[in-house]
Amino acid sequence: MKIVASKPELCIGCKACEEACSKVLFKDTDAEKSAIRITPINGEGYDINVCNQCGECIDICPVQAIYRNKNDIVMIDKDKCVHCYACAGFCPLLAMRYHKDVVGPFKCISCGACTRACGTGAIFLEDIIY
Amino acid sequence: MECKLSNNVNVEALKAKHVILHESNFEPKEIYRGYADRSLYVNLTTNEVKVKPISEEMKNKFIGGRGYGMKYLWDAVNPDTRWDSPENEIIIAQGPIGGITQYPGAGKSYVVTLSPLTDLPIDSNVGGYFGPLSKFCGFDALEVQGKAKRDVIIFIDGDNNKVTIEEAPEECVNSHILAEVLTEMYADSEEDKRNVSVVSAGLAAENSRIGLLNFSYYDLRRKKCKLKQAGRGGIGSVFRNKKIKALVVKKTGVKGDLNNPYDMDTIVKLGLKLHREIYENDKDQCWMRVHGTTQLIDAMTPHDLLPVNNFQYGQHPEALKLGKNSFEKMFDLGKPDGCWYGCTLACAHALKDFEIKTGPYKGQKVFTDGPEYESLAGCGSNCGIFDPVALVETNFYCDTYAIDTISFGTTCAFIMECYERGIIDQEVTGGLDLRFGSWEAQMELMHQMARGEGFGVVAGQGIHRLKRLFVEKYGLDRAFLEDIGMEMKGLEFSEYITKESLAQQAGYGTANKGPQHDENWLIFMDMIRNQMPTFEDKAEALHYFPLFRTWFSIVGLCKLPWNDIMPADNHLTDEPAKVPEHVENYVALFTAVTGKDFSKEEMLLQSERVYNLQKVFCLKMGKGLREYDYPPYRSVGPVTVEEYESRKELYDKQLIEKVGVDPEGLTVEDKIQALRKYREEQYQTLLDAVYKRRGWTLNAIPTLEKLKELDIAYPDVVEVVSRFL
Repeated sequence: MKIVASKPELCIGCKACEEACSKVLFKDTDAEKSAIRITPINGEGYDINVCNQCGECIDICPVQAIYRNKNDIVMIDKDKCVHCYACAGFCPLLAMRYHKDVVGPFKCISCGACTRACGTGAIFLEDIIY
Repeated sequence: MECKLSNNVNVEALKAKHVILHESNFEPKEIYRGYADRSLYVNLTTNEVKVKPISEEMKNKFIGGRGYGMKYLWDAVNPDTRWDSPENEIIIAQGPIGGITQYPGAGKSYVVTLSPLTDLPIDSNVGGYFGPLSKFCGFDALEVQGKAKRDVIIFIDGDNNKVTIEEAPEECVNSHILAEVLTEMYADSEEDKRNVSVVSAGLAAENSRIGLLNFSYYDLRRKKCKLKQAGRGGIGSVFRNKKIKALVVKKTGVKGDLNNPYDMDTIVKLGLKLHREIYENDKDQCWMRVHGTTQLIDAMTPHDLLPVNNFQYGQHPEALKLGKNSFEKMFDLGKPDGCWYGCTLACAHALKDFEIKTGPYKGQKVFTDGPEYESLAGCGSNCGIFDPVALVETNFYCDTYAIDTISFGTTCAFIMECYERGIIDQEVTGGLDLRFGSWEAQMELMHQMARGEGFGVVAGQGIHRLKRLFVEKYGLDRAFLEDIGMEMKGLEFSEYITKESLAQQAGYGTANKGPQHDENWLIFMDMIRNQMPTFEDKAEALHYFPLFRTWFSIVGLCKLPWNDIMPADNHLTDEPAKVPEHVENYVALFTAVTGKDFSKEEMLLQSERVYNLQKVFCLKMGKGLREYDYPPYRSVGPVTVEEYESRKELYDKQLIEKVGVDPEGLTVEDKIQALRKYREEQYQTLLDAVYKRRGWTLNAIPTLEKLKELDIAYPDVVEVVSRFL
């Protein structure tokens, strides 16, 4: 499967990825609605946080609303979701998102929009096998 | 009625036998800030169904859950009403927070009725989906009164806004079958099954006073119904006496916002914080997600707190066989085991393909809920049984036959001690060789209870009535039976040794419903950590904790996520036993759901109203005075020579240091008496302090001033209290 991988040392903190993601997911530019998050680390570089599609959230969901699509990407079925956010609390990477204006959790769908917006190669799609 | 076959049941044929006695529609109602502000009233004598508005006065004073249950029952019964009187009600109520999916433990229902064991109001909390789903149908409470002529099902159809009362003659009443059958019957598809919840009892509930209610919820992954129990006080016996076969609710479309709360953002953030706390800390703390409450066997044993052989001893070399390691191997782990959406503490573990060895399901492989600590300690160690596999079967049958594992276990332990001491024999037990450790005899006792036969029916009356029978019919020594029969007010003790914790003795002793630990669990604070050295310290805890713990039951929350998971730095706080950060969570949660200003003080006040109403209710029913708070001596100190000898060093030391008696040269009987005199005096002194702190007289009666302060000095409340003041 293709996941969003990163080389944080190349990140310049421009946050173009966040804006791109927010636009894809919600037609918005609010960085808080992005599934990828860039956080400065004490003025020295940046942390890049995004889902690695490990799928641990699949087994946590009480209503089987989380599944892998045909490309093995972990997706949320909004119709089934009961908004308990167990997936968000139990995400090893804390990469499942919540926003007060969004109904239910949301996450990276590995669409690659953020990687296309990145001008430094800090994030990129990578093929991996779990 | 076919109760043996669990497979290949023809659901359509069973449904075809249903006769509709009542059918009516109700107006849909959305929840607003946690409340529907309506209850559903069903009278089974008249087949009347009413939708009743809930007043602002009711909402502000009694909040929900157990508060609503107590007030409805108070209004429904008189001092002559007994458990099997038609006017007795079963009330199932949620609370304003109940049904939210974001904060773990928010799916509880609270069941209130007059208990066949105590003749007092009993309240019992239970998970499963029935409470939240019926709330989302537009009802904060369900009141069932009257008695049907033949077995009925009450079906609340929240999708079509319809209630039916249906005669249902054919279905088996045992819950592990009935829940599956009715879920299949009322769901439209496999996916729809999670939208159905069944409340049911079982055969032994019909023939005993210790019946319980099972509340189902459908496990999507295992494709099976799981059951949670409203166990205490014989509610299932009332249920079957009313000829209720089942309550069924159906409501599709559960989402996280159906409570229409005031501030969803805060609720989600509080929930996320607790989910993370569980994720990070559970494996350093209680391991609830893996072991559930079985870990308490391991926690109690080293401190002499695990009841063994009818509460004589606090540990046993084989005790840990019943503990967490055994069940970690047996549980079917790795799936969400919460009993409501979003409970990531997930303690409700189950076993698959468990082969039954006795009774009507012998040879069948069943999916079954795992035993909780209380079941393991009550039916296991307290009866001298230490085989974890056997205890899974005991628990399975208690659930499906619908009897309380605590009352059954404690009663069985009492009988076993009488039998081992030779004061009853096989003539009394109908041939059952009920010695400690005899699982086969214990199971046969239970099967008899289910069949309505023999000594099983006698045992099913509970210890209070057994003592009377043993004295009046068989001439046994009343004083000894009073010492070793572990019941108060008619209810059997839950499963902790309290001999070395004065505070917990009074915690059990002063509990309104009888000796159940949901009001207080003070043993570690008192005995291990010595955090309340004075009578006043203990009295303060016996004021605070019952009120704090009552609050869960009025708002619709589970107690376990309060202190079975804690912030990592909780031990650094001023009052770690209170888990201050979680108390803050609850204060914020109440405001976030209801939109009302709230505080820790208001939280206690809400509880204190309900608690005092329940206390006055006990007076109304004739059992509220101080004399009913005196426990059997076995819960206070060693009754027998063997018990004394088992901890001789400890007791001798106490005689010297606390009692001022030199044990040298005294017989064990003399030492027991000296210790008993001291401990009973201590208990009385503590009762004085507790009643004073609670604003009650020394005879345990809430004063008029207290009732006025709580704003519950209604004329009928004052009238009851005035009779005793």
